[in-house]
Amino acid sequence: MRRVVGLILWLVLVAFLVWGALLIHPFGYPPSDMDDYMIENAQEETGNNNVVASVVFDYRGFDTLGEATILFTAVTGVLLLLRTLKRGEGDS
Amino acid sequence: MLSKIVRTVANQLIVFILIFGLYVIAHGHLTPGGGFQGGAVIVSGVVMLLVAFSSKELKKSLRERVLTILESTGALIFAALAFAGIGTAFFYNLLVDTPIFGRIPPTGPGPGDFWTGGVVPLMNFAVGLKVVAGLSAVVLAMALFSSGEEVEE
Repeated sequence: MRRVVGLILWLVLVAFLVWGALLIHPFGYPPSDMDDYMIENAQEETGNNNVVASVVFDYRGFDTLGEATILFTAVTGVLLLLRTLKRGEGDS
Repeated sequence: MLSKIVRTVANQLIVFILIFGLYVIAHGHLTPGGGFQGGAVIVSGVVMLLVAFSSKELKKSLRERVLTILESTGALIFAALAFAGIGTAFFYNLLVDTPIFGRIPPTGPGPGDFWTGGVVPLMNFAVGLKVVAGLSAVVLAMALFSSGEEVEE
């Protein structure tokens, strides 16, 4: 029974992934005008030769702030967890 | 602690790894790479030291308290640079066309000029500091914990 359910779930997942892969835009046809705008204006507006850096830190800076927050939270969590475990062992 | 050969090679190699990581961070606005990638390169060097020497040995020179302070400093610099342009918009690049990192490169492909990019190079440095300190602290804490050493703060 579990094997049948697992097989059905696996088939659904595979169908979903194949469906998603078929919906991808054809190669060389960007889905929006935003990337053209960035490629043409990034050097003038932000002064970056590396357009990717200008997107990451300027046009989409808010996204990078989220990434930095994720890293900060992860580090805080790991240090907090390991430190608490050591202290708990020492006390008991 | 591994054998003397491994320790000597790691000692010589860490210099080049640090230089390459700093290069990737500093040239983030010109070539592929940036704060996150260069920081990961430097942390791979720290992991190499951790494998070659023991975590007990590395704990003498890398303290987790200092590392967490450095990480918070990087995050604060990043957020402060983001807020610096709030007169126009959040994350506005206010250093373009100023004496500091303000040159504008000619449009089109070119070798690039280091003194360009506005706040992006400064943000790269901040994020690089953050990634180096944060990931080093995590790796060091895990190594110390698994070897039964004390993890301070």
